[in-house]
Amino acid sequence: MDFKGESAKNMVNKKASQRKGRGVKAWLARVFGRIPLIGWLMGSLGAVLIEYFLGDALSYYLGLPKIPVLFGSSIILKKPALIPGALAYLLLVYALPVSLIAKSMTRPANRLARLLASRPVSLATLIHLGLFYLILHLWAEISDYRLLVLKLTMIAVMLTLSINVINGYMGEFSCSHPGFMALGAYGASITTLLLCVDDKLMGPALLPAAAGPWLFPLALIVGGIVASLGALVIAIPSFRTRGDYLAIISLAFLFIVKSLIENLEFAGGPRGMSGQPDYAGLPTVFIVMVLCVWTINNFVRSTMGKALCAVRDNELAAEAMTVNTRKTKIVTFMFAAFWAGVAGGLFAHVLRYVNPGSFGVQRLAEILAMLYFGGLNSVTGSIVGAVSFNLLSEALRPLELYKWIIIPLLFILVMLYRPTGLIAFTEFKPRELMRPKE
Amino acid sequence: MALLRVDNMTHYFGGLRAVHNYNLVLEPGHITGLIGPNGAGKTTVFNLITGIHTPTEGNVEIEGHNLIGHRPHEIASMGIGRTFQNLLLWRHMNVVEHVKMACYSQLEYGLLDAFFGTRRCRREEKRITAKAMHLLETFNVADYSSRLISNLPYGAQRRVEMARAMATNPKVLLLDEPTAGMTPDELNRMIDIIRKIHRDFEVAILMIEHRLKFVMELCEKIQTLVFGEVIAEGTPTEIQNNPEVIEAYLGKEDVT
Ligand SMILES: Nc1ncnc2c1ncn2[C@@H]1O[C@H](COP(=O)(O)OP(=O)(O)O)[C@@H](O)[C@H]1O
Ligand SMILES: [Mg+2]
Repeated sequence: MDFKGESAKNMVNKKASQRKGRGVKAWLARVFGRIPLIGWLMGSLGAVLIEYFLGDALSYYLGLPKIPVLFGSSIILKKPALIPGALAYLLLVYALPVSLIAKSMTRPANRLARLLASRPVSLATLIHLGLFYLILHLWAEISDYRLLVLKLTMIAVMLTLSINVINGYMGEFSCSHPGFMALGAYGASITTLLLCVDDKLMGPALLPAAAGPWLFPLALIVGGIVASLGALVIAIPSFRTRGDYLAIISLAFLFIVKSLIENLEFAGGPRGMSGQPDYAGLPTVFIVMVLCVWTINNFVRSTMGKALCAVRDNELAAEAMTVNTRKTKIVTFMFAAFWAGVAGGLFAHVLRYVNPGSFGVQRLAEILAMLYFGGLNSVTGSIVGAVSFNLLSEALRPLELYKWIIIPLLFILVMLYRPTGLIAFTEFKPRELMRPKE
Repeated sequence: MALLRVDNMTHYFGGLRAVHNYNLVLEPGHITGLIGPNGAGKTTVFNLITGIHTPTEGNVEIEGHNLIGHRPHEIASMGIGRTFQNLLLWRHMNVVEHVKMACYSQLEYGLLDAFFGTRRCRREEKRITAKAMHLLETFNVADYSSRLISNLPYGAQRRVEMARAMATNPKVLLLDEPTAGMTPDELNRMIDIIRKIHRDFEVAILMIEHRLKFVMELCEKIQTLVFGEVIAEGTPTEIQNNPEVIEAYLGKEDVT
């Protein structure tokens, strides 16, 4: 499949070299088009290092009360007098260092990218991911708020990507995702509360505290498995019904799960559970998210995973071409639910509190918004959708009520101009992403 | 032993008797034609053999294995490949993905291999890509391999559909009106293609076709289906001279 943005970029590149292109876009392509991903990562690392060491001093000189926490959004929206200072901060700490470092590193970065391209792709991926993690870690060091936003965004990426497997790749309209998430959150929480913590609901810890962090992956897997078992409730009817009817079944599932956990007295009933141990640090959340993206991307790019698209586009033809459509449906629902459950487990341990109210229709709307905003049938789209929705939603928080006017309006605009979302029907190819640019 | 054998197959859609007492013996390497006016039940015969519908009565066997009660994908893996009258393609998938998809049951990796992108998975993907490219070359559509299926001309889409059917390693190929909507030029090419796959892949073929020139040229045996019943069966010349066929079928249509 053609990568739209890529080909557009290539075209711009070509034009730029052919007739010294015109316009801002062509200019940008000429100046920055040759920087490989690793160059941008180096630039970003430079920027977060500058902020880490000089951020406080800089904000003081620019007349800001403290480091602008989320790209100055709350300052810009709430304290117009400080806008020049905030803009100067963004320019000095982010825009200039990133672009200058990336640009000046073009050559060595390309040399490095070429070297990595000749090695196994896993090595290149690990190096890129390591660098990326370092950037996120330093950026999140500035405030707890940043850390929380970052963790929740990563969880949102997992949720969006996993619902994309069902709603995008397989083309069903499933509304049950918050239900899967709830099963995972409760499954994982009960496991950790039972085994690792002394608390009122589950009694004393059964295992020594030191074992806890090591057992956390196990707790997440338990949550994932509970969710994927729950998914059978929708997978089996999906053999016979599709479309609207399945959507209604999945919505019913969501309500069933919600009332189930509201009535689970040993899990706190409507009050929920609190006191989850602090196991979901940034590295854990990051690694789990990477695993989620990696396995889902591998799956949807394999022929076995493309069977989802065959089932979506024409089920009859899929069966006639030896595709086991029932197995495909079961696997899809269980696999997607597994990751939604793991995301739920992380969610519970990031907030260290869960209650049934977090898994209602509001959450469903949010997940669907991220999915359709980013784009169906696309891993890149889901990442972009989840990240932009979360950052936007946090950035516009100072607007309070108006936030819920602006975001839907934006959403409608995207749907008008790109009915399948920002980046739909593309393949996410890590190798392409990391390739040298000259 | 016959390769494909259908005994006394009858099928009702509610009160409508779409197929009545249909029999077929297809020997390895043979080409049989199925003709008849629109609505005669020809496509239904295909759908019954491939398990899309289960016959109300009767039996279907391939190489002595009973097919009744098996799911369509199992029947397809047992060696019955097919094309569809109205091209059932996957509109968001590209050409090579279509052919690779039909290798689904031959994939020798499991779900975990797919999730973790293991070496085994990559090796298998490589193998079926090579197989798919080879088939695309056989059908003269290799140039389109990375294009979205919907961007291909109609004739090329038909050939991709046939390449896809051949990727299932069929012993019997069921072709449902392979020349529907084709120009005379494309028609002649299709005759060559069918001859070629018949020869190279050693498949037996059962085909539904409206254009008599086509059936007469390719088939050793022809069945004429009218209102779900076979009214005549024989060699092309026998069929051409059968008064019942002339009345029921040829009389209404242009013989050329
Ligand atoms: N799935 C179905 N449900 C009900 N009736 C059907 C179905 N498929 C075909 N029929 C009916 O069966 C008869 C034979 O159809 P078909 O096999 O498609 O004819 P042909 O392929 O010979 O033109 C027609 O009257 C058609 O309306
Ligand atoms: Mg027909």
